[in-house]
Amino acid sequence: MFRRLHDAAGERVPFTVDGRAAEALAGDTVAAALLANGITVCRNTPVSGAPRSPYCMMGVCFDCLVTIDDVGNRQGCQVRVAPGMRIETQDGKREIDR
Amino acid sequence: MSDVKTSYDLAVIGAGPAGLAAATLAARQGISTVLLDEQPAPGGQIYRSVTETPVRDPKVLGPDYWHGAGLVKPFQESGADYLPGTTVWSVSRNLEIGLSREGAARILPAKHIILATGALERPFAVPGWTLPGVMGAGAAQVLLKSSGLVATGNVVLAGTGPLLWLLAWQYLRAGAEITAVLDTTPRANWRQAMPHMTGFVRSCYIGKGLKLLLDVRRKVKVIGNVTALRAEGDGQVRSVVYRQGNGAEQRLPAETLLLHQGVIPNLNLANAIGCAQSWDDAQRCWTPQTDGWGATTVEGVSLAGDGAGIGGALSAEHQGRLTALDALHRLGRIDRQQRDRDAAPHREALEKARQGRVFLDTLYKPAQDFRVPSDDTIVCRCEEVTAAQVRDAVKLGCSGPNQAKSFLRCGMGPCQGRLCGPTVTEVIADARGVSPAEVGYYRLRPPVKPITLAELASLPKREDEIDAVLHH
Repeated sequence: MFRRLHDAAGERVPFTVDGRAAEALAGDTVAAALLANGITVCRNTPVSGAPRSPYCMMGVCFDCLVTIDDVGNRQGCQVRVAPGMRIETQDGKREIDR
Repeated sequence: MSDVKTSYDLAVIGAGPAGLAAATLAARQGISTVLLDEQPAPGGQIYRSVTETPVRDPKVLGPDYWHGAGLVKPFQESGADYLPGTTVWSVSRNLEIGLSREGAARILPAKHIILATGALERPFAVPGWTLPGVMGAGAAQVLLKSSGLVATGNVVLAGTGPLLWLLAWQYLRAGAEITAVLDTTPRANWRQAMPHMTGFVRSCYIGKGLKLLLDVRRKVKVIGNVTALRAEGDGQVRSVVYRQGNGAEQRLPAETLLLHQGVIPNLNLANAIGCAQSWDDAQRCWTPQTDGWGATTVEGVSLAGDGAGIGGALSAEHQGRLTALDALHRLGRIDRQQRDRDAAPHREALEKARQGRVFLDTLYKPAQDFRVPSDDTIVCRCEEVTAAQVRDAVKLGCSGPNQAKSFLRCGMGPCQGRLCGPTVTEVIADARGVSPAEVGYYRLRPPVKPITLAELASLPKREDEIDAVLHH
């Protein structure tokens, strides 16, 4: 789990994760915002279904893949949270019709 | 993308110290320069979020971090164009850059390209390293710098190298708690590093480094000589099991395990362009070949900073300037004499910044067991391939990483080998009893970052190109 430092100030940014309301700090990437909200698992792998959380936070590992505003397999650590963003965690392989 | 010119004299890729310094110097000389960066703000990873970090207390991240702000300001005033949030997915041999920005792709031609793609954390494959709650120490540092986030609960740091200690120090400054640091630096490294001590004593690293180490050791339990490590838990790391020397296994509770064993060049783009690379035995990594000016084996493409071999942030900055001077010369803006004359102070500064590097490389060289993991360890995180599977493939005749792709899909997932390449090279070399140089590395191909079909389709097309597809 992660906590925000007391003096870390900034605007609050509302977004949703799997339909639930959550809040980020302006400047947070999607991956950071999920961790700040206690959500460690971004996805279950397509290969074995194992849960994964962000590993590198710099665009290298692709473990933080999530669906952002209906676009799948986005690197959560490379995208900043925007107000009203809809983030969905991913389960296994992507399906052709979504 | 109306703010983008249709072509540039110089394109610099990556806005860390090397890229910022290179773009600043070049733009000041009046050539049209663009700096492309994947991150939303300048600084690279070392100075990540330096213009906008929510961490208000400057003592938390330390003076070396804030040095980065001094690179950003001159860059902003240099006249160079800056494209943050831009993913470069391809560079062709005729120097056309394939980039993606705000959901649209485009091709941007340049006359010269400087790659400043920096470093990434060396993979630290141990059993359980794919469990949620296990991440790179560098990742934790990014979370601190860019979001003011620190791990809570039982936090264990494990590994070796300056960044591990720096993170521990920054965590303590931030008021975060660390359960323990498991130091995997092999005992024998001290003996091997001693002959290089003189350079280190003269370097800028020694004073800072010692103070940092003492600060951390005073406040945190440090367990040294760790020779085996694994993360355990069901769907989330719960404990770290380790061994000291030849001792019995011991266990620590951990909700967060931060791993680190040094950094290596981030070479995917250079490799995909076709730049020749060679195995660096001292740093145990693949490094693109460059000359004293950062020129690669591909005409018009140079490399500056850690992407050309790990030297640290200060070296990267000076290399950036040297590479930019050479680019100016190649573009006909300055003659050879001026290039050499202007380069002199930067070369001197680079030499100074490099002092002590051999000592650090030798001392923090990761142990064989942590570079060549045990059978039950996942080496390729994307395709979930274990070290045992790679070794079995070698028995069947798999001779190198490229062959491992066809045998196992190893390295073919979305990370494109970034997190398994060095391990796969070393596992195969060890299994075959040959040098890593002999087994080679993945041949990478563009796009080096995934792009959607919609982005590709958004590329401008000529009438005859559409015609060729629609009416053959």
